[in-house]
Amino acid sequence: MGGGFLRRLGAIIIKEVLQLRRDRLTFAMMFGVPIMQLLLFGYAIDADPHRLPTAVIAADQSQITRTVLSALANTGYMRFTHQPASDEDANRLLQQGEVQFVVTIPSDFTRRLIRGERAQILIDADATDPLAAANPLAAAGPAINQALARDFVGPLAGLRHKADSVELVVQRRYNPEGKSRLNVVPGLLAVILTMTMVMMTALAVTRERERGTMENLLAMPVRPIEVMVGKIVPYIAIGSVQVAVILIVSRLLFDVAIEGSVALLSVGTALFITVNLAIGFTISTLTQNQLQAMQASFFMMLPSILLSGFMFPFRGMPVWAQWIGEALPATHFMRVVRGVMLKGAGFDDIATELAALLAMLLLVSILAISRYRVTLD
Amino acid sequence: MTFAIDVHDLVKRYGTRTVVDRFSLAVEQGRICGFLGPNGSGKTTTLRMICGLLTPDGGGGTCLGHDLVREREAIKRQTGYMTQRFGLYEDLTIRENLEFVGRLYELDRLKARVDRSLERLGLTTRQGQLAGALSGGWKQRLALAACVLHEPRLLLLDEPTAGVDPKARRAFWDEIHAYAAEGITVLVSTHYMDEAERCHEIAYIAYGELMARGTAEEIVRASGLAAFVASGPGADHLAVKLRDAPGVSAAAAFGATLHVCGPDRAELERAIAPFRADPNIVWQEAEPTLEDIFIHLMGQAHDNAPGA
Repeated sequence: MGGGFLRRLGAIIIKEVLQLRRDRLTFAMMFGVPIMQLLLFGYAIDADPHRLPTAVIAADQSQITRTVLSALANTGYMRFTHQPASDEDANRLLQQGEVQFVVTIPSDFTRRLIRGERAQILIDADATDPLAAANPLAAAGPAINQALARDFVGPLAGLRHKADSVELVVQRRYNPEGKSRLNVVPGLLAVILTMTMVMMTALAVTRERERGTMENLLAMPVRPIEVMVGKIVPYIAIGSVQVAVILIVSRLLFDVAIEGSVALLSVGTALFITVNLAIGFTISTLTQNQLQAMQASFFMMLPSILLSGFMFPFRGMPVWAQWIGEALPATHFMRVVRGVMLKGAGFDDIATELAALLAMLLLVSILAISRYRVTLD
Repeated sequence: MTFAIDVHDLVKRYGTRTVVDRFSLAVEQGRICGFLGPNGSGKTTTLRMICGLLTPDGGGGTCLGHDLVREREAIKRQTGYMTQRFGLYEDLTIRENLEFVGRLYELDRLKARVDRSLERLGLTTRQGQLAGALSGGWKQRLALAACVLHEPRLLLLDEPTAGVDPKARRAFWDEIHAYAAEGITVLVSTHYMDEAERCHEIAYIAYGELMARGTAEEIVRASGLAAFVASGPGADHLAVKLRDAPGVSAAAAFGATLHVCGPDRAELERAIAPFRADPNIVWQEAEPTLEDIFIHLMGQAHDNAPGA
């Protein structure tokens, strides 16, 4: 029984690989399209998000501190969501992508200001998406100084003419040079894999049905799981090669290196590829012909591009859109790739994202198997 | 007596339409049973129910001793089903297709089996060609070879020779007889009368119902049809005049001769009487052909069919 499973599975895999090898155009597109998209998107994407989650460490609680913070909030770019107890906590929030900024007000801030000395505010920014960080940081300095100027009345009026009394110290983390490409390229990995992997398997069963080979296949003793896994395995290999190509091209053209563990990235990638293939296979069992399967794949693809945090910063989207985004595998994979490639995130940092992908894989596989019919009924 | 196929009262409905209606059939082991009937009469649906591709809505039975519904997998392993449309992969080579099928059936000595199959087919030198590049006749022979690779005990062939030239058809039927001689039971659907005559027995189905059953002679004898052949100059032109005459179920020109038949001999004679006066045309009583009978049966079934 076990041996039979492997032999029949092997039969399907060999057949798929042979067919794939003969379909030169599709084969070429699977490698040509990603490179084209990489070049296209790598140079083209732009955005200006607002209300980004921000953590505040206010070691100094005063009227002036409150003025400064409300000035930052009033820029519309920052939304204070966390008040971490320590620098480590703040760093962790930044690392996991929970917040975009950490604003630190040192304990001597008010004192120095009143003495007429220069006071510092520290802003740590997650600059993996430089666009998400650029505008908020540019707006922060002027906003603080304007607000303070309004506040300096009575005995403090003398400080008013010193308009630049507050010094903003900005640390752009993970992507110090603010290169958009650093953010876009890993994101592209998610988008390209979604596009090709879902589509390839979405056509897998419908193609057999359209060409009339399904009836023949069903008349032979092969089980649904064998057909499904057999059709998916060759594409896992292809997806892996795609990933390698994208990473090498990114390295050569855009100078994007992998900060974190390559092994961890590989595990995440393999999981994501498999989820997409299973989704494609499910589409294949739900649709009647190849055209429908294509349309269904696009239905999957567009939100993966628009709502996964690839096109627009995830935290900048309305809440309902974020919920849709959370349901997409691309969103979770995006966080895995950006985390590992740019921030050097470890397993603990991305464990929830991996778990989400795994849950999706199980759910989709069960649906696919239950939808696959062994008869023509 | 062991029956390879023994099904009774099979019913298949699609929505409100009954495609197969209480169909029963028993075929002895090692026999070639021709399965005839007009287009849309339920032949394909019946074959699919027998090989486990469709679940019957009513009735049941056994196939190779296995229950039609519950032991579907066992039936699949011992049955070769050749679909009406070419069911192999056109983008795989001849050898790759056979190997694929062999692996799915978990065959041992796969290479030797495929070699032997290619040799039997006479395709050894062309084994590296894509199956899609084969002509219609060769495609069908390849499909047949793929069906028997796992040495099934039952072959279900759905119009295997549609659109195939006479020479290739003959070769195909020689192979079918060779397999039957080895003890394989064959149920083959066809529209060709010459093929029907090459079968050990015939089952005629129309609008989902079994209309006639037996050997070619038995069916001819049981039909009770009378037939005449007219020959001579202009005989073939009489077909148009006789076709709708009372007592005539079919009148057809074959070259210069005319073939008429009807269910009642006396009535048929009355119908042709006016034309017998022509001294140039010679009338002879003849055996009705299978085609006569099937066209007659089709007319009958059509009259009975609800809503027809």
